[in-house]
Amino acid sequence: MALVVNRPKLSLAEKFYLPALFGGMVLTIRHFFLTLTGRKKTTMQYPDEKWDAHLPEWYRGAPTLVTDEWGRERCVSCQLCEFICPPRAITITPEEIPAADKWAKVEKRPKEFEIDMVRCIYCGLCEEVCPEQAIFLRKDYSITGYSRAEMVHNKQKLYELGGLKTGVVNKWNEKK
Amino acid sequence: MDFSAFFTPGTEIFLIWTSIAKTIGLLFLAVLPLVSLAVFAERKVSAFIQDRVGPNRVGAPTSLLGFDKDLRLAGLGQMIADPIKLVLKENFIPNSVNKFYYFIAPKLAMIPPVLVLAVLPFGSSLFGVDMVIANVNIGVLWVFAVSSLGVYGIVLAGWASNSKYPFLGGIRSSSQMISYELSLGLSVIPVFLVCGTLNLGDIVKWQVQNGWLIAPFWPQGFDLGRAFSDPKMIWDSIVAGFSFQRLLLAVPMLISFFIFLVAMFAETNRAPFDLPEAEQELVGGYHTEYSAMGFALFFLGEYAAMIAGSGVIVTLFLGGWSLPMVPDGSAGWFWGLVNIATFFAKVCALLFVFIWVRWTVPRFRYDQLMRLGWIWFFEIALANIFLTAVILAFIKR
Repeated sequence: MALVVNRPKLSLAEKFYLPALFGGMVLTIRHFFLTLTGRKKTTMQYPDEKWDAHLPEWYRGAPTLVTDEWGRERCVSCQLCEFICPPRAITITPEEIPAADKWAKVEKRPKEFEIDMVRCIYCGLCEEVCPEQAIFLRKDYSITGYSRAEMVHNKQKLYELGGLKTGVVNKWNEKK
Repeated sequence: MDFSAFFTPGTEIFLIWTSIAKTIGLLFLAVLPLVSLAVFAERKVSAFIQDRVGPNRVGAPTSLLGFDKDLRLAGLGQMIADPIKLVLKENFIPNSVNKFYYFIAPKLAMIPPVLVLAVLPFGSSLFGVDMVIANVNIGVLWVFAVSSLGVYGIVLAGWASNSKYPFLGGIRSSSQMISYELSLGLSVIPVFLVCGTLNLGDIVKWQVQNGWLIAPFWPQGFDLGRAFSDPKMIWDSIVAGFSFQRLLLAVPMLISFFIFLVAMFAETNRAPFDLPEAEQELVGGYHTEYSAMGFALFFLGEYAAMIAGSGVIVTLFLGGWSLPMVPDGSAGWFWGLVNIATFFAKVCALLFVFIWVRWTVPRFRYDQLMRLGWIWFFEIALANIFLTAVILAFIKR
């Protein structure tokens, strides 16, 4: 069935554009003065004002590695994140913890942990899959560099960004 | 050598060097900076109307001089940065254009609005020199004759570009010009009926004595020297300047003013009548194939036309350089400068209206434009002439 669209009956004022034009002019000049006097502000002046204060709790920024409250690096080199990473941005080189170390019972730790930030899509799967709560997406969103090599975050850089995080994983406590 | 002839008003050599000085002063000290300012204002005002910030970064590069930071000056540096960018850009010429017309078109778009400035009285007088480059008796006819040449630049650009969008823009431009020039010309005839002269300077002088054409209130017999000692004189002069005849005459003048203003929007290809340009449908219309200075000349021409058009409107309807209760240049050079500043302040106010309208009113459809031009404004302008004549006959009797 054909749809019939009824043309609206225009009043005389509507046919003459003028009242509508006048209304539009009043509207735009109001916006002009509101913005001019700073009473209406919608734009964030980005490099001067950063996003940081406006980011939500759940914001997914750059993935980082964290240490626990005893200064132990939480990552145990299980490589689950490396396998789940959709763009394959993560490369982990595991290493055995020497017997003399205080945390020898953990057995494994990353010798090198690299995340290629050119590849990373900030999906957060690494954070979800990590059984040790060692990798977190923090709020850094502006990752820049002059070369591809500079865009690869190594272990040191990742811990620098991540810092300390206390959490629920307590299985490596000394008491246990 | 005797230089006294240089400074004797009335001699030929005096006339020549003052004319050259006025031309250079008007073009390079007033109009070109005003074009630059208008482009900046266009971007800034449009930003504010749309709740944005607009250009606000380019300022004075004080960091080059050893300071810590650049001065931003609310983005005013954009006024200089934009022209520099256009000058430095590559002038790309498409292969298939008709070179001669392609090159000549931007110049033809730029020159007419500048020529219009020649007859505009942009001030009363300064040191006894009239502030108008060419004080000719056919002032308004010159304005219409020259400003309608502006369409040649656009049409030639459209045809010489050998590309469909500029071609469509050129066609639209020519038919739009024809339909609007008629109402433009007819709408000012009431002004001549009232003032009785075609000389723009004399029209302004008429308005100095009788009040602006669209504002029938004017202090009659006001004397600045007595204003402070005799305040009652101010009130008396306002009452004396108010009359029923002037009020009656303001009705056709307001109609004239409105039609002339709208026709001027069309004449300068500004929104809501920017059909030749129509970015959304025709890419850039007639200047699609132009780059760098070619484009810059079209740009310059459009804004110079806006300034010249605003100047004509100010001269005809808004009292030119005059302000109520402000004496003219014969009272001293200070008042001469005040008059010039008044003229350009009025032009700037009108430029703001041009910009304000552009960012408010959507573009008219082509048939709406034709209907508006041929059926409404043409007829209203004609009827307005008769209305003015009848009112004048009634008043004179």
